[in-house]
Amino acid sequence: MFLINCPYCGERDQQEFKAGGEAHIERPKQPTELSDDEWAEYLFMRKNIKGVQFERWNHAHGCRKWFNMARDTSNDEIKAIYKIGEKPPTQ
Amino acid sequence: MTQNLRVKSSEFIDETNRISFKFDGKTYYGFKGDTLASALIANNVHLVGRSFKYHRPRGIMTSGSEEPNAIVQVNPNSNITEPNARATEIEIYEGLEASSQNCWPSVNFDIGGINNFLAPLFPAGFYYKTFMWPKSFWEKYEFFIRHSAGLGKSPNTRDPDIYDHRNIHCDVLVVGAGISGILAAKNAAKNNFKTLLLDEKNELGGSTIFEANEDNKINHNSAFEWLKKEINELKNIKNLEIKTRTSVAAYHQYNYLLARENLTDHLVKKDKKNKIRQRLLKIRAKKVILATGALERPLIFNNNDRPGIMLSSAIKKYSNFYGVACGTKNIFFTNNDSAYESALSLHNKGIKVEAIIDIREYSDAKIIKKINDAGIKIYWAHTIVDTKGYKRLSGVSIMKLSNDGTSVTGNKISISCDCLGIAGGWTPAVHLYTQSGSKLTFDEERKIFFPKTDTKEQISVGSCGGDFELDEIITNLNYKLKNFLNINKTDFEGITLENDHETSKRNIWLLPSDQTIGKTKPFVDYQNDATAKDIKLALREGFRSIEHVKRYTTTGMGTDQGKLGNMHALGIIADTAGVKMGELGTTTFRPPYTPLTFGTIVGRNVGEFFDTFRRTPMNDWHIKNKAEFENVGQWKRSWYYPKEDETMHQAVQRESKAARQSAGILDASTLGKIDIQGSDASEFLNRVYTNAWSKLAIGKCRYGLMLNEDGMVYDDGVTTRLGENHYIMTTTTGGAANVLGKLEDYLQTEWPELDVYLTSVTDHFATASLCGPNSKKILNKIIPDLDLSDDNFPHMSFKEVLIDRIKCRIMRISFTGELSYEINTPASYGEAIWQKCIEAGKEFNITPYGTETMHLLRAEKGFIIVGQDTDGTMTPIDLQMGWIVSKKKYDFIGKRSLYRSDTMKEDRKQLVGLLTEDPNIVLEEGAQIVSELNQKPVEMLGHVTSSYFSPNLNKSIALAVVKDGKNMMGRKLFVPMENKNISVTVANTVFYDEKNERLNA
Ligand SMILES: [Zn+2]
Repeated sequence: MFLINCPYCGERDQQEFKAGGEAHIERPKQPTELSDDEWAEYLFMRKNIKGVQFERWNHAHGCRKWFNMARDTSNDEIKAIYKIGEKPPTQ
Repeated sequence: MTQNLRVKSSEFIDETNRISFKFDGKTYYGFKGDTLASALIANNVHLVGRSFKYHRPRGIMTSGSEEPNAIVQVNPNSNITEPNARATEIEIYEGLEASSQNCWPSVNFDIGGINNFLAPLFPAGFYYKTFMWPKSFWEKYEFFIRHSAGLGKSPNTRDPDIYDHRNIHCDVLVVGAGISGILAAKNAAKNNFKTLLLDEKNELGGSTIFEANEDNKINHNSAFEWLKKEINELKNIKNLEIKTRTSVAAYHQYNYLLARENLTDHLVKKDKKNKIRQRLLKIRAKKVILATGALERPLIFNNNDRPGIMLSSAIKKYSNFYGVACGTKNIFFTNNDSAYESALSLHNKGIKVEAIIDIREYSDAKIIKKINDAGIKIYWAHTIVDTKGYKRLSGVSIMKLSNDGTSVTGNKISISCDCLGIAGGWTPAVHLYTQSGSKLTFDEERKIFFPKTDTKEQISVGSCGGDFELDEIITNLNYKLKNFLNINKTDFEGITLENDHETSKRNIWLLPSDQTIGKTKPFVDYQNDATAKDIKLALREGFRSIEHVKRYTTTGMGTDQGKLGNMHALGIIADTAGVKMGELGTTTFRPPYTPLTFGTIVGRNVGEFFDTFRRTPMNDWHIKNKAEFENVGQWKRSWYYPKEDETMHQAVQRESKAARQSAGILDASTLGKIDIQGSDASEFLNRVYTNAWSKLAIGKCRYGLMLNEDGMVYDDGVTTRLGENHYIMTTTTGGAANVLGKLEDYLQTEWPELDVYLTSVTDHFATASLCGPNSKKILNKIIPDLDLSDDNFPHMSFKEVLIDRIKCRIMRISFTGELSYEINTPASYGEAIWQKCIEAGKEFNITPYGTETMHLLRAEKGFIIVGQDTDGTMTPIDLQMGWIVSKKKYDFIGKRSLYRSDTMKEDRKQLVGLLTEDPNIVLEEGAQIVSELNQKPVEMLGHVTSSYFSPNLNKSIALAVVKDGKNMMGRKLFVPMENKNISVTVANTVFYDEKNERLNA
């Protein structure tokens, strides 16, 4: 059970949050211009790596804000938490 | 024959308080402070169970939670009986009843015992290999397995006990109250850390308080006396909370731990009453100090499982702590010095120790001299090759070990005994450490896995950290604590320590016998009856991964998770496969450390508190009017309103007719409602719905379909434009929360530039839906001032009105195809307005109807229910709702996916109507549809999604999804059922009033 530091509310129990999959996958601005393959790439393909992964999280039972998290999937260490729109930390 | 083996008075046993209890139907006596195990041993009862596979007689082996054999059924004759309790943990109380498990008809005469003599037929993987074939025999096998292998029986009525949960936040959590845990907790609390100290036993002090090792001294006094003073001081320390009888079950990430606090199990029946039995502590600690100690290892040799064979340290605890002798003629078998301490301590109490068998060549520890002085014979470099005695150990045979330890030589010596203490060294109790995700490292020299790293949030101290000798423990504890707590000094710094040191080591995972391994039974996992032979067989058969060997042989898979024998299993695998143990790794330790009852896990969340109910403001009226309720998500919705002895079918038919013939009323309060405001509200709706919204006039309503980005239908509902920048969206009852979440997600992450605000207002409004040809007249009676003409208040429009000075929103929208009004009132006036409608409708026989009638009426009109007629694989085109998909809009959620090659395929499953050849046959929802009856295998074309008997059409109707259904109008298909094939014809989805004339009737 993670302890997650919501950038708007502070440290809360994981129970209050909802995971939202891989972060930094922008919805294409002009979907109609994309081939089936390109659209499928956006729609279906997600990373599942062992190591640091960037994820979207939502404080669903709190402020309801979405934010991003860099998490090491091998040991669940939360490396960083940052707001939507901010660039992922480089290290 | 009972025999009293109580040998000395102990300060932990209250001999003035005699307690009677029953075991296997027989009455015994013990004292306050005894466990069931110590009391049974005092009565010379060792045989307490039968093993799982071979039904071999088994006795008490340990004195703690690692016990593999003494697993008993508590209150065996009650329907609230509890299985799988460990006799070594049950504190006896007056009236306690327990019985052996896994033996029938009795522990002394066990039919399954025959399996023992058939053992060659039960090798590793026996169950997998044998019972898989032939398939038709499975029922017989299952009967056999269940009958002869049951691990206890479960209670068959509701658990009457009270359980509780508590959240605890602390600075420092210390798990284990042995000498390390006590010193750690005391120093943390004294340095202003809010500290919690937990121990699974009922007494603090761990093994130090019964060790009584004369060579272990602190400040020139016995370690025990010194520790007792420390324990006494704990009472006066602020910031320190201590919980005994509390075992940590799980250690999750971020220092989140679950512990079970046992509050009443040790009390007599009348004192248990109305008290919380167990409490689940949910602990979030800033720092965790693990001081969980070490578990003594057994030794693995031929027939090492007879009742009377126990861990050496357990024998010492029974004699020193409980004042009970485990036998009258004792032998110890060891690979280290600790058995000598046990032997000496028995000897000093006048309990006879016949001999010590040591696999080592020598030891120069000080204690050896004392053993020699006591006249106890030591057999150096010997091993036990066999044991005797069926229901109780009667003797052992020993032989000299070869130099390399793989075989035996010389003459066989027999020694008679009734108790054998085995000492195979110590295994740090690292279960919680590894549960937390931390990694172990293997010490090749000492043959132990121990915690690799300490972090800022977690340390392991004492023997669970790999320190076994007193001076090592205290010195390292002092150093670790100062770093971990960032303090300058501990209060035990500078105490003087004296202790003996172990110098000689020899470890042999599987001890040899004079017989071939095939003829021996060296048990590794006692509870699951896995022997070293099984492990070797698994390796011969090609298993290499320890996780696979574990499952194939069932080693470590019992309720004790193989706490005793896991290391030996790993050692034997490593030796046999010729790899290093450190490279092999360990199997995973999973929570819970010891089993938890379901009651503890659910706590107070039982019965009506199991899940939240949501009730509408009109709920009391529904109850008064005898509604049957249906669960829709968390909502309790009126399902139908039976009159007198009407069946559900009769009630629904009546309600459905009334709604079409005169007037009906439905409580639609549960529909999700989202208030949408902001200057970009129209643009936002354009992006989330498939149809266009910009041109919707203020005061008008529009039906919308929402897709997922994959093009599949997600939700639907009517949205009303209340003002220039103000809409109210309705969603399905079950989808409300998810729709809001999805909309917020897009707003926050994809379109943050939009000026839109979303508020869930589902609970703010109560909704009464008036429907039927007389609904206009009824509404007119309630609001005479409002012009209800089709010109002023047409279908799909909205009015804000006052009813008795209450501001209400009325939408003229219809889910039944009838003229219909939805009256939305502030929730607290919901019941009043509903009553008003009922009163006004009386002269028109207004009929309240529930969700079942609503479903029937909409099915007559071919209106979909998202989640019933759709399942996440249906596009609007599949639903034949292409009319609602805007071709002009550049983009909306899911649009691009509607043009994928897959979603554009002509022969996808499509929504169609089905009519049965016999109009009285109602299809089963979920039934499969085929076009051929004689073909095998036959292609499943689709399935029935909604099906009813329509009273208004006087025939059965159904909606279904059928492959290429769009092109099958009029085709004859079949619905094969168990006893008959039903002929159906593909039809239009709209069965009733195709021209929508009734909307303005
Ligand atoms: Zn928050």
